[in-house]
Amino acid sequence: MLTFVGLGLYGVKDISVRGLEAVRSADIVYLESYTSRLMGSSIKEMEDFFRKKVHPLSRDDVERGREYIEEARERNVVFLTAGDPMVATTHVDLRIEAMKKGIETRVIHGQSIIAAAPGLLGLQAYKFGKTGSIPYPEEGFRPTTPYKVMLDNLKTGLHTLFLLDIKEEGRYMNPAEAVELLLEMGKNLGDETFNDESLVCAISRAGSDEPGIWCGRAKEALRRDFGPPLHCIVVPGNLHFMEEEALEMWMEE
Amino acid sequence: MRKPEKIRNIGIAAHIDHGKTTLSDNLIAGAGMMSEEMAGKQLVLDFDEQEQARGITINAANASMVHEFKGDTYLINLIDTPGHVDFGGDVTRAMRAVDGAIVVVCGVEGIMPQTETVIRQALKERVKPVLFINKVDRLINELKVTPEEMQQRFVKIVTNVNRLIARYAPEEHKKDWQVKIEDGTVAFGSAYHNWAISVPFMKKTGITFKDIYEYNSKEEKSAIRELAKKSPIHEVLLDMVIEHLPSPIVAQKYRIPNIWRGDLESPIGKAMTHADPDGPVAMMVTKIILDPHAGEVAVGRLFSGTIKKGMELRIVGMPKKNRVQQVSFSVGADRVQVEEIVAGNIVSLVGMKDAIAGSTLTSDEDMEAFEEMKHYSEPVVTVALEAKHMKDLPKLVEVLRAVSKADPSIQVQINQETGEHLMSGMGELHLEITIYRIEHEHGVEVKASPPIVVYRESVERNSGAPFEGKSPNKHNRFYIVVEPLEEAVVDAIHEGDIPSDEKIKNPKELAKKLEELGMSREEAKGVKAIRGQNMFLDMTKGIQYLHETMELCIQAFEEVVNRGPLANEKLMGVKVKLMDAKLHEDSIHRGPAQVIPAVRNGIYGAICNGNRILLEPMQKAFIDVPQELMGTVTREMQQRRGTILDIQQDGATSKIIAKAPVAEMFGFAGAIRSVTGGRALWSTENSGFERVPRELQDKIVREIRTRKGLKPEPYDAAYYSE
Ligand SMILES: Nc1nc2c(ncn2[C@@H]2O[C@H](COP(=O)(O)OP(=O)(O)O)[C@@H](O)[C@H]2O)c(=O)[nH]1
Repeated sequence: MLTFVGLGLYGVKDISVRGLEAVRSADIVYLESYTSRLMGSSIKEMEDFFRKKVHPLSRDDVERGREYIEEARERNVVFLTAGDPMVATTHVDLRIEAMKKGIETRVIHGQSIIAAAPGLLGLQAYKFGKTGSIPYPEEGFRPTTPYKVMLDNLKTGLHTLFLLDIKEEGRYMNPAEAVELLLEMGKNLGDETFNDESLVCAISRAGSDEPGIWCGRAKEALRRDFGPPLHCIVVPGNLHFMEEEALEMWMEE
Repeated sequence: MRKPEKIRNIGIAAHIDHGKTTLSDNLIAGAGMMSEEMAGKQLVLDFDEQEQARGITINAANASMVHEFKGDTYLINLIDTPGHVDFGGDVTRAMRAVDGAIVVVCGVEGIMPQTETVIRQALKERVKPVLFINKVDRLINELKVTPEEMQQRFVKIVTNVNRLIARYAPEEHKKDWQVKIEDGTVAFGSAYHNWAISVPFMKKTGITFKDIYEYNSKEEKSAIRELAKKSPIHEVLLDMVIEHLPSPIVAQKYRIPNIWRGDLESPIGKAMTHADPDGPVAMMVTKIILDPHAGEVAVGRLFSGTIKKGMELRIVGMPKKNRVQQVSFSVGADRVQVEEIVAGNIVSLVGMKDAIAGSTLTSDEDMEAFEEMKHYSEPVVTVALEAKHMKDLPKLVEVLRAVSKADPSIQVQINQETGEHLMSGMGELHLEITIYRIEHEHGVEVKASPPIVVYRESVERNSGAPFEGKSPNKHNRFYIVVEPLEEAVVDAIHEGDIPSDEKIKNPKELAKKLEELGMSREEAKGVKAIRGQNMFLDMTKGIQYLHETMELCIQAFEEVVNRGPLANEKLMGVKVKLMDAKLHEDSIHRGPAQVIPAVRNGIYGAICNGNRILLEPMQKAFIDVPQELMGTVTREMQQRRGTILDIQQDGATSKIIAKAPVAEMFGFAGAIRSVTGGRALWSTENSGFERVPRELQDKIVREIRTRKGLKPEPYDAAYYSE
């Protein structure tokens, strides 16, 4: 049996009770730690809390190795991920591969940023459009897709949630970098819909006791220190007056 | 020299042994810059000890000479061009610096393969030729040809040279660059005995054809010396140069558009076409010389402006400016320092630390670089080098950097696994000479491995149904077909008619050219990148997000071009077509870590399906031997997997032209000497890559892979579809 367990948002105690039971009764526990990361706890803390050894997997292990799928034929394998296991698309693929091989699978959900971000900001979850991710540019790779996703959402008045890049070597994109990249994409596309004066929201450390919630102009975001990761940002679309009122709570001055 | 119309920049081009060195020395001696005595004792241009020992010219050095003509004083800058084909790159670079060339053809041997090569190289750079027929003394004394036979020989040589000019000259000069005995664009004589004659000189001095015969036929040595006094080679040839070869003012008008793509109407464009000394500085470096005292000296042609000591010059493509520490002319091995040099001259500069052969130096902030010099002779042999003494290791790194900077046909790489330095060059001899220099001129003792051949990989046929390459996260898929690239296109890249290894500047123009060469319109329009003699084509239509990943596809293509699937050798003649792609919507799931492996595997897999073939470098050998040794020589060649292309009889001499793999030609020098008792005269020429015989391919692949520390058997297509 291959059980996908979501760890939730921040600390080791964000796992569901059912998830915890699955972990405690597993033969072996793997942790995928590159698509997202549990910032509020170390592997050591997890092991102490779960009373179980936790084996971290690199991107290469998850994408290429995949021995753990075969392993699940005979044993109870738990595959831990931060957030919810099926929101990061790569894991859907793992489940399908296991199912094709006739291996039993199960999903135990965790809280996801997709639900937490609207909640923290006071925006209405059903008014969000497609989610985008903002990658760090690399040589030969300067995508403008995130900006276009936002434009499409704005056309119908929808909000856009952006997840920010995480590099395996421990680099986490912050909202200032993300806003700068969005502005740059606009420039490359010759579009000014998102500009210095545009409204933007940032959520930092969602799920922790002291989440950072901020709303302001793009140009202000560029200068701001948002503190430790993880972060995401939201570009709001049309605002209902209730939403407007909520956002005002997070504005500066 | 303030007046560019009184300058001639020339080179001498010849097949090996036709007398280029002898002629250069005597011109320099005659022009009075060195005592005649000295020139007799010392080969001025072959100043490298190594070159003298081997009697071949390696470095393009240069000399400036002064000559009086019709009451005016002229400056003639002579650039020496290397004669050995192993150094093809240096020849083309030297041609960039000059406007005219004296083509030397031996009257006894006539036109030889390298004569054609050097004429072609000159004409491609729009360098105007004049002809000197050498070794006429041997025609008279040894071969005892009659005056009629002699004239027939001359006519034959002139006709053949003109045929080459008609074939290779730029359209507008196919006619007016033809050489003629009557108008003095042809001279003949003896470089060795220091005399020459031309029709205008005959008219001027009253010397006749008959006189020449008589002087040469006399027993006593003084007769020939008298002829050399009456009709000295430097007078005749330098007159010819001044009269018939263009000054920088004349030449730069038509040469600049050929070597520079910028706006000809811009201030710098105008300054260059007019060789304006008051314009901005524009210089092309054609060579870096290592001077024991001054260090690296950048030599090149100044096309516009005036270079002064202390000036700061921009090296196009480099972040920082360099300061000119010394400005000088070159006179043989010496440099003569001056305060400033004006447009139209050949200049030597100290202080240009960041320049390499081919660099553009300028005082203009936005000047575009000169066109890259068209040079395709690619390395075919590699040796692994190690410092003999551990303590020399840092110095070796430094020296190898300097050596490859001075001679761009030398490439140095570090083998990441073993830490060895791999040095590649144009042939066994080329590498031997370079190692000699590393040890003797730079004082670093090295251990060198036996030479290793550089191979190429290619495909035999179209790979059939598109091969699917998947990204590690399985969310991106690329569908690839490969096939052999059209031969005409491969050749055009080789000839430099289609630029490779750079961004495609004008896709429309490229597509038009490719169509003319036989590619379909659809494919010609799809070309996204050319690397080496390989192409990457996008044949898809309207795939969302694909443009965002195109750069990454090209990076993957580059990786494959540099490391083929068979033996990690470079690819050659492969056309890669992207037929379809399926991409993840969210850009974070299709970054470099996903796209590059997906495309790479797609191309590798397709190459497997197109049947991988290994190519090896070939060499042509030209061997002259006494007739009775012909059998011995052909046997020697056949043992080296050689084929005999042609055998000609010339009196008692057999001229054998053969072709053999470079791999089998190692140690040929020693072998041919011993089987012929040193009675063979021979030269070789690199002659492209050819398919390794089927029955040998697996064995060679295994050897290469083992040497590189790879698993002996290459992977199959299934491996790449994972
Ligand atoms: N008899 C005779 N020998 C010559 C003449 N010019 C050059 N040689 C000889 O031909 C050989 C090759 O000449 P060299 O100048 O080294 O040729 P390069 O390889 O073109 O530089 C040398 O042995 C020269 O002495 C000539 O005009 N007459």
